[in-house]
Amino acid sequence: MTSAALLAEFRARRPAALARAISIVENRRPGFEAILAALYPSTGRARRIGVTGPPGAGKSTLTAQLTSAWRAAGHTVGIVAVDPTSPYTGGALLGDRIRMEAVALDDGVYIRSLATRGAGGGMSAAAADAADVLDAFGFDRVIIETVGVGQSELDVAQATDSCLLVLVPESGDAIQALKAGLMEVADLFVVNKADRPGADQIRRDIEFTLRLRAAPAAAVPRAPAPWTPPVLATAAVTGTGIADVLGALDAHYAYLFETGSLAERRRARLQARVVDIVDRRMRERMWEDAAATTWLAGQLDALAARETTPFAVADALLARPGGLGRRTP
Amino acid sequence: MPRPIRVLVAKPGLDGHDRGAKVVAAALRDAGMEVIYTGLHQTPEMIATAAVQEDVDVVGLSILSGAHMTLFPRVRELLHVAGRDDILLTGGGIIPQSDMEALQRTGVGRLFGPGTSTGDLVRYIREWFAERQPQDA
Ligand SMILES: Nc1nc2c(ncn2[C@@H]2O[C@H](COP(=O)(O)OP(=O)(O)OP(=O)(O)O)[C@@H](O)[C@H]2O)c(=O)[nH]1
Ligand SMILES: [Mg+2]
Repeated sequence: MTSAALLAEFRARRPAALARAISIVENRRPGFEAILAALYPSTGRARRIGVTGPPGAGKSTLTAQLTSAWRAAGHTVGIVAVDPTSPYTGGALLGDRIRMEAVALDDGVYIRSLATRGAGGGMSAAAADAADVLDAFGFDRVIIETVGVGQSELDVAQATDSCLLVLVPESGDAIQALKAGLMEVADLFVVNKADRPGADQIRRDIEFTLRLRAAPAAAVPRAPAPWTPPVLATAAVTGTGIADVLGALDAHYAYLFETGSLAERRRARLQARVVDIVDRRMRERMWEDAAATTWLAGQLDALAARETTPFAVADALLARPGGLGRRTP
Repeated sequence: MPRPIRVLVAKPGLDGHDRGAKVVAAALRDAGMEVIYTGLHQTPEMIATAAVQEDVDVVGLSILSGAHMTLFPRVRELLHVAGRDDILLTGGGIIPQSDMEALQRTGVGRLFGPGTSTGDLVRYIREWFAERQPQDA
């Protein structure tokens, strides 16, 4: 199918075309940039929500509950669920749909599972692009679910308007991570599996840690007042506490909107996006000319003999005709 | 770099255990494929919807209930309606040879009986994928 035909099918709202568009973007197939560029004017309407946290915390169950509630309120929902690729085999077992069965047949819901592939433990680089495609398709809400393993928490916060960190009563070590600043990214904390003992204790621990951090800022009043992440308890399997999470997400969105932080976040995202594209283009432009690699190979003897330095070679490479030019010091 | 083959593994019907389907899912993952696993009691509608949304290359059904003569054609039909005739529909279970042949005549791929090694399935999917007309691959 040509890009034009695919885009026509996409605009006719064919689910197969949406699915294929995401694949082309994920696989970086020829024409993927043209597709993203064509869809760009239609993006920016969806509210993007990140759901992250340790393995098995109940992220998919919670995502399904939020989705059901939003559907009941008349909103459509696109979901990107990211799971890790095995670094040894390149394969992945993507099982998030199991917990989303209640919304699986709803026309207003689209679920797409992505593997992290080469993303080095972080979120799939394609997940943010997939979110753009879902946004352009017209979904009112786009949820990105990722397993929190450090880097991916930062990635998902970057890619969304509101980021929800899901913990469980057993996540005692999470408090350490909080102190280490790893979870600065959360706009909302959810202690899920609150049907189990210990939920109140971990809620108090998180709140205490958050207050410690917020204290110095409160001493110096500034406008707008900083957002204090609420710490909520849920039992996603039964739906207990979901209404509170929805309320907190709406409150966070209102906060972002009223303080101008929403526009700020989204502009920062666009800036990062352009920087990524420039990085990729420069790399491609630099190395697409085989002569650059050949020339570099020719410098290895001198490098090994310590007659020159990697920095001098890099500068010379950049300054070659067809290179990217050297920054004047 | 070639992209991974994407496979939906589903367990339709009412029979209550999915050990076989999980073994297959793990074997395909270990063979470098991206496996979307959807769990027990999937209806043909759920399977076809998931296959389309996930843009898979292959759908593998594990059917022990004896309902293969209705389930495979129904999923094939729903994929056709969605414009996805190109998806390989394969699977396994307790399926008599004559039924396997009858299903293959209706556009279902090779089917695997109980006790087949998962290696055979991996090889079959890989060969099918390699021979297929390149779509976006
Ligand atoms: N007791 C209890 N179990 C829950 C709750 N929420 C989810 N679970 C169970 O926890 C298990 C994992 O749930 P998922 O929703 O798959 O968790 P996840 O965080 O998406 O898991 P990964 O994506 O694999 O990291 C399942 O067996 C759920 O049924 C809850 O509130 N209480
Ligand atoms: Mg999950």
